[in-house]
Amino acid sequence: MASAAKKLLMDPFTDNNPITVQVLGICSALAVTVKVDTAIVMTLALTAVVTLSNFVISLLRNVIPNGIRMIVEMAVIASLVIIADQLLRAYLFDISKQLSVFVGLIITNCIVMGRAEAFALQNPPKDSLLDGLGNGLGYGIVLIAVASIREILGFGKWLGFSLFPETYMGNGLALLAPGAFIILGLLIWAQRTVSKYVED
Amino acid sequence: MEFLNLAIKAIFVENILLAYFLGMCSFLACSKKVDTAIGLGFAVIFVLTITLPANWAIHHFLLREGALHWVPGVDLSNLDLSFLNFICFIATIASMVQLVEMVLDKFFPKLYHALGIFLPLITVNCSILGGSLFMVEREYGAAESAVFGFSSGIGWLLAIVSMAAIRKKLRYSHLPDGLKGLGITMIMTGLMAMAFMCFSGINL
Repeated sequence: MASAAKKLLMDPFTDNNPITVQVLGICSALAVTVKVDTAIVMTLALTAVVTLSNFVISLLRNVIPNGIRMIVEMAVIASLVIIADQLLRAYLFDISKQLSVFVGLIITNCIVMGRAEAFALQNPPKDSLLDGLGNGLGYGIVLIAVASIREILGFGKWLGFSLFPETYMGNGLALLAPGAFIILGLLIWAQRTVSKYVED
Repeated sequence: MEFLNLAIKAIFVENILLAYFLGMCSFLACSKKVDTAIGLGFAVIFVLTITLPANWAIHHFLLREGALHWVPGVDLSNLDLSFLNFICFIATIASMVQLVEMVLDKFFPKLYHALGIFLPLITVNCSILGGSLFMVEREYGAAESAVFGFSSGIGWLLAIVSMAAIRKKLRYSHLPDGLKGLGITMIMTGLMAMAFMCFSGINL
Protein backbone atom coordinates (compact mmCIF):
# COMPACT_ATOMS: atom_id res chain seq x y z
CA MET A 1 0.00 0.00 0.00
CA ALA A 2 1.28 3.48 -0.80
CA SER A 3 2.64 5.23 2.25
CA ALA A 4 0.24 8.19 1.99
CA ALA A 5 -2.76 5.88 1.96
CA LYS A 6 -1.30 3.86 4.82
CA LYS A 7 -0.81 7.04 6.84
CA LEU A 8 -4.43 8.03 6.24
CA LEU A 9 -5.62 4.67 7.45
CA MET A 10 -3.24 4.17 10.39
CA ASP A 11 -2.95 7.68 11.85
CA PRO A 12 -6.33 7.61 13.61
CA PHE A 13 -5.31 4.47 15.53
CA THR A 14 -2.74 6.22 17.71
CA ASP A 15 -1.37 9.68 16.93
CA ASN A 16 -4.63 11.19 15.81
CA ASN A 17 -7.17 8.98 17.54
CA PRO A 18 -10.69 10.43 17.21
CA ILE A 19 -11.57 9.86 20.86
CA THR A 20 -8.42 10.41 22.85
CA VAL A 21 -6.79 13.14 20.74
CA GLN A 22 -9.44 14.82 18.60
CA VAL A 23 -12.03 14.58 21.45
CA LEU A 24 -14.87 13.52 19.16
CA GLY A 25 -17.62 10.97 19.70
CA ILE A 26 -17.26 10.61 23.45
CA CYS A 27 -20.97 10.11 24.18
CA SER A 28 -21.34 6.73 22.58
CA ALA A 29 -17.86 5.67 23.66
CA LEU A 30 -19.20 5.69 27.19
CA ALA A 31 -22.75 4.58 26.74
CA VAL A 32 -22.37 1.38 24.74
CA THR A 33 -19.32 -0.01 26.51
CA VAL A 34 -20.90 -2.05 29.30
CA LYS A 35 -20.30 -5.21 27.26
CA VAL A 36 -17.86 -6.06 24.50
CA ASP A 37 -20.44 -7.40 22.04
CA THR A 38 -22.44 -4.15 21.97
CA ALA A 39 -19.18 -2.23 21.56
CA ILE A 40 -18.25 -4.36 18.54
CA VAL A 41 -21.65 -3.92 16.88
CA MET A 42 -21.53 -0.19 17.53
CA THR A 43 -18.04 -0.01 16.02
CA LEU A 44 -19.20 -1.81 12.89
CA ALA A 45 -22.24 0.45 12.51
CA LEU A 46 -20.25 3.63 13.03
CA THR A 47 -17.39 2.54 10.77
CA ALA A 48 -19.84 1.74 7.97
CA VAL A 49 -21.61 5.07 8.38
CA VAL A 50 -18.47 7.22 8.61
CA THR A 51 -16.78 5.45 5.67
CA LEU A 52 -19.78 5.75 3.39
CA SER A 53 -20.68 9.28 4.44
CA ASN A 54 -17.11 10.44 3.86
CA PHE A 55 -17.19 8.79 0.43
CA VAL A 56 -20.57 10.24 -0.61
CA ILE A 57 -19.82 13.74 0.69
CA SER A 58 -16.45 13.70 -1.03
CA LEU A 59 -18.15 12.75 -4.31
CA LEU A 60 -20.57 15.63 -3.86
CA ARG A 61 -17.98 18.11 -2.59
CA ASN A 62 -17.86 20.21 -5.77
CA VAL A 63 -21.64 20.33 -6.14
CA ILE A 64 -22.69 21.28 -2.61
CA PRO A 65 -23.20 25.04 -2.20
CA ASN A 66 -21.24 26.24 0.81
CA GLY A 67 -24.22 27.86 2.56
CA ILE A 68 -26.24 24.69 2.92
CA ARG A 69 -23.44 22.14 3.29
CA MET A 70 -24.37 21.30 6.89
CA ILE A 71 -27.89 20.36 5.90
CA VAL A 72 -26.68 18.25 2.97
CA GLU A 73 -24.22 16.46 5.24
CA MET A 74 -26.96 15.87 7.80
CA ALA A 75 -29.27 14.43 5.16
CA VAL A 76 -26.58 12.04 3.87
CA ILE A 77 -25.60 10.92 7.37
CA ALA A 78 -29.18 10.55 8.59
CA SER A 79 -30.12 8.38 5.59
CA LEU A 80 -27.10 6.12 6.16
CA VAL A 81 -27.95 5.80 9.85
CA ILE A 82 -31.53 4.86 9.03
CA ILE A 83 -30.21 2.05 6.82
CA ALA A 84 -27.81 0.88 9.54
CA ASP A 85 -30.60 0.96 12.14
CA GLN A 86 -33.01 -1.02 9.95
CA LEU A 87 -30.31 -3.63 9.23
CA LEU A 88 -29.52 -4.02 12.92
CA ARG A 89 -33.20 -4.36 13.77
CA ALA A 90 -33.61 -7.02 11.11
CA TYR A 91 -30.56 -9.17 11.87
CA LEU A 92 -29.36 -8.37 15.41
CA PHE A 93 -32.56 -7.43 17.21
CA ASP A 94 -31.35 -8.16 20.76
CA ILE A 95 -28.24 -6.05 20.45
CA SER A 96 -30.12 -3.27 18.69
CA LYS A 97 -32.50 -3.22 21.70
CA GLN A 98 -29.53 -2.92 24.06
CA LEU A 99 -28.02 -0.10 22.02
CA SER A 100 -31.45 1.62 22.20
CA VAL A 101 -31.21 5.27 21.20
CA PHE A 102 -27.49 5.20 20.57
CA VAL A 103 -27.75 3.84 17.04
CA GLY A 104 -29.86 6.86 16.13
CA LEU A 105 -27.38 9.07 17.89
CA ILE A 106 -24.68 8.12 15.35
CA ILE A 107 -26.27 11.01 13.39
CA THR A 108 -25.03 13.46 15.97
CA ASN A 109 -21.80 11.58 16.63
CA CYS A 110 -19.18 14.26 16.20
CA ILE A 111 -16.79 11.88 14.43
CA VAL A 112 -19.06 11.52 11.39
CA MET A 113 -19.80 15.21 11.08
CA GLY A 114 -16.26 16.21 12.04
CA ARG A 115 -14.59 14.02 9.40
CA ALA A 116 -17.05 15.17 6.76
CA GLU A 117 -16.30 18.81 7.52
CA ALA A 118 -12.59 18.51 8.15
CA PHE A 119 -11.60 15.95 5.53
CA ALA A 120 -14.18 14.83 2.99
CA LEU A 121 -15.00 18.36 1.79
CA GLN A 122 -11.40 18.95 0.66
CA ASN A 123 -10.21 15.56 -0.50
CA PRO A 124 -10.95 13.08 -3.31
CA PRO A 125 -13.28 10.10 -2.70
CA LYS A 126 -10.59 7.42 -2.37
CA ASP A 127 -8.66 9.25 0.37
CA SER A 128 -11.90 10.14 2.15
CA LEU A 129 -12.94 6.49 2.14
CA LEU A 130 -9.66 5.49 3.81
CA ASP A 131 -9.87 8.37 6.27
CA GLY A 132 -13.39 7.31 7.25
CA LEU A 133 -12.35 3.69 7.64
CA GLY A 134 -9.33 4.62 9.74
CA ASN A 135 -11.32 6.91 12.03
CA GLY A 136 -14.11 4.38 12.45
CA LEU A 137 -11.63 1.68 13.45
CA GLY A 138 -9.60 4.05 15.64
CA TYR A 139 -12.84 4.80 17.46
CA GLY A 140 -13.53 1.08 17.67
CA ILE A 141 -10.20 0.31 19.32
CA VAL A 142 -10.88 2.72 22.19
CA LEU A 143 -14.47 1.49 22.44
CA ILE A 144 -13.43 -2.15 22.67
CA ALA A 145 -10.65 -1.34 25.14
CA VAL A 146 -13.07 0.49 27.45
CA ALA A 147 -15.69 -2.24 27.03
CA SER A 148 -13.15 -4.98 27.83
CA ILE A 149 -12.08 -3.27 31.04
CA ARG A 150 -15.68 -2.67 32.09
CA GLU A 151 -16.92 -6.16 31.28
CA ILE A 152 -13.96 -7.90 32.93
CA LEU A 153 -14.19 -5.79 36.10
CA GLY A 154 -17.96 -5.68 36.21
CA PHE A 155 -19.01 -9.20 35.25
CA GLY A 156 -15.71 -11.11 35.35
CA LYS A 157 -16.36 -12.09 31.74
CA TRP A 158 -15.02 -11.19 28.34
CA LEU A 159 -17.37 -11.44 25.38
CA GLY A 160 -19.56 -13.70 27.51
CA PHE A 161 -16.82 -16.15 28.59
CA SER A 162 -16.15 -16.34 32.32
CA LEU A 163 -12.58 -15.44 33.20
CA PHE A 164 -12.74 -15.68 36.96
CA PRO A 165 -14.09 -18.37 39.32
CA GLU A 166 -17.78 -18.25 40.26
CA THR A 167 -16.96 -16.54 43.54
CA TYR A 168 -16.00 -13.27 41.78
CA MET A 169 -18.61 -10.77 42.90
CA GLY A 170 -18.27 -8.23 40.11
CA ASN A 171 -17.39 -4.59 40.57
CA GLY A 172 -20.64 -2.68 40.20
CA LEU A 173 -18.94 0.68 39.81
CA ALA A 174 -17.38 -0.32 36.49
CA LEU A 175 -20.86 -0.90 35.06
CA LEU A 176 -22.27 2.44 36.19
CA ALA A 177 -21.81 5.84 34.59
CA PRO A 178 -19.07 7.12 36.95
CA GLY A 179 -16.96 4.04 36.25
CA ALA A 180 -17.16 4.68 32.52
CA PHE A 181 -15.96 8.26 32.91
CA ILE A 182 -13.07 7.32 35.17
CA ILE A 183 -11.92 4.36 33.04
CA LEU A 184 -11.94 6.48 29.87
CA GLY A 185 -10.08 9.24 31.72
CA LEU A 186 -7.35 6.84 32.78
CA LEU A 187 -7.17 5.33 29.30
CA ILE A 188 -6.73 8.80 27.79
CA TRP A 189 -3.96 9.46 30.28
CA ALA A 190 -2.20 6.23 29.31
CA GLN A 191 -2.59 6.85 25.58
CA ARG A 192 -1.33 10.42 25.83
CA THR A 193 1.63 9.42 27.96
CA VAL A 194 2.67 6.90 25.31
CA SER A 195 2.12 9.22 22.34
CA LYS A 196 3.59 12.22 24.25
CA TYR A 197 0.63 14.44 23.39
CA VAL A 198 0.18 17.42 25.72
CA GLU A 199 -2.89 19.62 25.80
CA ASP A 200 -2.35 23.19 27.00
CA MET B 1 -46.99 16.03 41.22
CA GLU B 2 -46.35 13.57 38.47
CA PHE B 3 -44.64 16.30 36.43
CA LEU B 4 -42.55 17.39 39.40
CA ASN B 5 -41.44 13.82 39.83
CA LEU B 6 -40.49 13.57 36.15
CA ALA B 7 -38.60 16.86 36.40
CA ILE B 8 -36.62 15.82 39.48
CA LYS B 9 -35.80 12.52 37.82
CA ALA B 10 -34.55 14.23 34.64
CA ILE B 11 -32.51 16.86 36.50
CA PHE B 12 -30.85 14.84 39.24
CA VAL B 13 -31.44 11.10 39.16
CA GLU B 14 -31.09 10.45 35.45
CA ASN B 15 -29.13 13.53 34.44
CA ILE B 16 -28.90 13.45 30.67
CA LEU B 17 -25.17 14.13 30.74
CA LEU B 18 -23.98 12.31 33.83
CA ALA B 19 -26.12 9.19 33.53
CA TYR B 20 -26.66 8.90 29.76
CA PHE B 21 -23.48 10.60 28.51
CA LEU B 22 -25.40 12.78 26.04
CA GLY B 23 -23.94 16.10 24.98
CA MET B 24 -20.39 15.20 26.03
CA CYS B 25 -18.66 16.88 23.09
CA SER B 26 -19.92 20.39 23.71
CA PHE B 27 -19.67 19.73 27.45
CA LEU B 28 -15.93 19.09 27.08
CA ALA B 29 -15.34 21.86 24.55
CA CYS B 30 -17.30 24.69 26.21
CA SER B 31 -16.65 24.12 29.89
CA LYS B 32 -13.48 26.20 30.01
CA LYS B 33 -15.23 29.46 30.98
CA VAL B 34 -18.21 29.87 33.28
CA ASP B 35 -19.81 32.62 31.15
CA THR B 36 -19.87 30.58 27.94
CA ALA B 37 -21.06 27.55 29.89
CA ILE B 38 -24.05 29.48 31.26
CA GLY B 39 -24.93 30.91 27.84
CA LEU B 40 -24.69 27.55 26.13
CA GLY B 41 -26.65 25.89 28.93
CA PHE B 42 -29.56 28.29 28.50
CA ALA B 43 -29.49 27.86 24.73
CA VAL B 44 -29.69 24.08 25.22
CA ILE B 45 -32.62 24.43 27.66
CA PHE B 46 -34.43 26.61 25.14
CA VAL B 47 -33.84 24.34 22.16
CA LEU B 48 -34.73 21.19 24.11
CA THR B 49 -37.94 22.73 25.44
CA ILE B 50 -39.22 23.67 22.00
CA THR B 51 -37.95 20.72 19.95
CA LEU B 52 -39.30 17.98 22.17
CA PRO B 53 -42.99 18.93 21.90
CA ALA B 54 -42.47 19.72 18.19
CA ASN B 55 -40.94 16.31 17.58
CA TRP B 56 -43.64 14.72 19.70
CA ALA B 57 -46.26 16.24 17.40
CA ILE B 58 -44.43 15.03 14.29
CA HIS B 59 -44.10 11.54 15.69
CA HIS B 60 -47.64 11.39 17.06
CA PHE B 61 -49.58 12.86 14.15
CA LEU B 62 -47.49 11.87 11.13
CA LEU B 63 -45.01 9.06 11.66
CA ARG B 64 -46.08 6.47 14.23
CA GLU B 65 -47.92 3.35 13.18
CA GLY B 66 -51.47 4.22 12.18
CA ALA B 67 -50.92 7.95 12.69
CA LEU B 68 -52.11 8.78 9.20
CA HIS B 69 -55.53 7.11 9.58
CA TRP B 70 -57.22 10.52 9.26
CA VAL B 71 -56.17 10.91 5.62
CA PRO B 72 -59.42 10.68 3.62
CA GLY B 73 -59.78 8.45 0.57
CA VAL B 74 -57.01 5.89 1.21
CA ASP B 75 -56.64 3.39 4.02
CA LEU B 76 -53.37 4.25 5.76
CA SER B 77 -54.13 2.85 9.20
CA ASN B 78 -51.40 0.19 8.89
CA LEU B 79 -48.74 2.54 7.62
CA ASP B 80 -45.72 2.77 9.91
CA LEU B 81 -43.38 5.60 9.00
CA SER B 82 -41.41 5.57 12.23
CA PHE B 83 -38.19 4.71 10.40
CA LEU B 84 -38.30 8.33 9.21
CA ASN B 85 -38.05 9.51 12.83
CA PHE B 86 -34.32 10.21 12.69
CA ILE B 87 -34.31 12.38 9.61
CA CYS B 88 -37.45 14.33 10.58
CA PHE B 89 -36.21 14.94 14.12
CA ILE B 90 -32.84 16.21 12.99
CA ALA B 91 -34.49 18.51 10.44
CA THR B 92 -36.75 19.99 13.13
CA ILE B 93 -33.78 20.45 15.43
CA ALA B 94 -31.69 22.13 12.72
CA SER B 95 -34.44 24.60 11.89
CA MET B 96 -35.16 25.36 15.56
CA VAL B 97 -31.48 26.07 16.14
CA GLN B 98 -31.51 28.39 13.16
CA LEU B 99 -34.51 30.16 14.70
CA VAL B 100 -32.78 30.52 18.06
CA GLU B 101 -29.75 31.92 16.27
CA MET B 102 -31.83 34.57 14.51
CA VAL B 103 -33.67 35.55 17.70
CA LEU B 104 -30.44 35.83 19.69
CA ASP B 105 -28.76 37.84 16.94
CA LYS B 106 -31.64 40.32 16.98
CA PHE B 107 -32.34 40.67 20.70
CA PHE B 108 -29.21 39.52 22.56
CA PRO B 109 -26.28 40.31 20.24
CA LYS B 110 -23.78 40.09 23.10
CA LEU B 111 -24.70 36.52 23.97
CA TYR B 112 -24.82 35.70 20.27
CA HIS B 113 -21.22 36.74 19.80
CA ALA B 114 -20.10 35.03 22.99
CA LEU B 115 -21.53 31.69 21.84
CA GLY B 116 -20.12 32.06 18.33
CA ILE B 117 -19.57 28.73 16.61
CA PHE B 118 -21.11 26.73 19.45
CA LEU B 119 -24.60 27.89 18.67
CA PRO B 120 -24.91 26.11 15.30
CA LEU B 121 -23.19 23.14 16.92
CA ILE B 122 -26.18 22.67 19.25
CA THR B 123 -27.70 20.91 16.24
CA VAL B 124 -25.18 18.12 16.65
CA ASN B 125 -25.39 18.15 20.45
CA CYS B 126 -26.48 14.60 21.16
CA SER B 127 -28.56 15.65 24.15
CA ILE B 128 -31.13 17.31 21.85
CA LEU B 129 -31.63 14.37 19.49
CA GLY B 130 -31.21 11.99 22.42
CA GLY B 131 -34.02 13.75 24.28
CA SER B 132 -36.33 13.28 21.30
CA LEU B 133 -35.41 9.62 20.92
CA PHE B 134 -35.93 8.96 24.64
CA MET B 135 -39.30 10.67 24.34
CA VAL B 136 -40.34 8.18 21.65
CA GLU B 137 -38.86 5.18 23.43
CA ARG B 138 -40.54 6.00 26.76
CA GLU B 139 -43.84 6.98 25.11
CA TYR B 140 -44.23 10.37 26.77
CA GLY B 141 -47.32 12.50 26.08
CA ALA B 142 -47.27 16.11 24.85
CA ALA B 143 -47.07 17.81 28.26
CA GLU B 144 -44.70 15.18 29.63
CA SER B 145 -42.31 15.67 26.74
CA ALA B 146 -42.25 19.45 27.30
CA VAL B 147 -41.48 18.95 31.00
CA PHE B 148 -38.88 16.30 30.19
CA GLY B 149 -37.18 18.57 27.65
CA PHE B 150 -37.10 21.55 29.97
CA SER B 151 -35.77 19.65 32.97
CA SER B 152 -33.20 17.69 30.95
CA GLY B 153 -31.91 21.06 29.78
CA ILE B 154 -31.68 22.27 33.37
CA GLY B 155 -29.77 19.14 34.32
CA TRP B 156 -27.34 19.73 31.46
CA LEU B 157 -26.88 23.38 32.48
CA LEU B 158 -26.20 22.32 36.05
CA ALA B 159 -23.56 19.83 34.96
CA ILE B 160 -21.74 22.14 32.53
CA VAL B 161 -21.72 25.15 34.86
CA SER B 162 -20.34 23.16 37.78
CA MET B 163 -17.72 21.61 35.50
CA ALA B 164 -16.69 25.06 34.23
CA ALA B 165 -16.27 26.23 37.81
CA ILE B 166 -14.19 23.17 38.70
CA ARG B 167 -11.98 23.58 35.62
CA LYS B 168 -11.27 27.18 36.59
CA LYS B 169 -9.76 25.92 39.84
CA LEU B 170 -8.00 23.04 38.09
CA ARG B 171 -5.92 25.48 36.09
CA TYR B 172 -3.78 26.17 39.17
CA SER B 173 -3.12 22.56 40.01
CA HIS B 174 -0.07 20.52 39.07
CA LEU B 175 -0.96 17.56 36.91
CA PRO B 176 1.06 14.98 34.98
CA ASP B 177 1.39 16.08 31.35
CA GLY B 178 -0.75 13.32 29.86
CA LEU B 179 -3.58 13.94 32.29
CA LYS B 180 -3.93 17.64 31.44
CA GLY B 181 -7.09 18.73 29.68
CA LEU B 182 -9.29 15.85 28.59
CA GLY B 183 -8.00 13.18 30.98
CA ILE B 184 -8.58 15.04 34.23
CA THR B 185 -11.88 16.44 32.96
CA MET B 186 -13.17 12.92 32.36
CA ILE B 187 -12.14 11.80 35.83
CA MET B 188 -13.75 14.88 37.41
CA THR B 189 -16.93 14.19 35.47
CA GLY B 190 -16.83 10.64 36.83
CA LEU B 191 -16.64 11.94 40.39
CA MET B 192 -19.48 14.36 39.67
CA ALA B 193 -21.58 11.54 38.24
CA MET B 194 -20.91 9.57 41.40
CA ALA B 195 -22.13 12.51 43.49
CA PHE B 196 -25.29 12.76 41.41
CA MET B 197 -25.95 9.06 41.93
CA CYS B 198 -26.70 9.85 45.56
CA PHE B 199 -30.01 11.27 44.35
CA SER B 200 -31.15 7.92 42.97
CA GLY B 201 -34.25 6.53 44.59
CA ILE B 202 -35.79 9.94 45.30
CA ASN B 203 -39.51 9.73 44.66
CA LEU B 204 -42.07 12.37 45.49
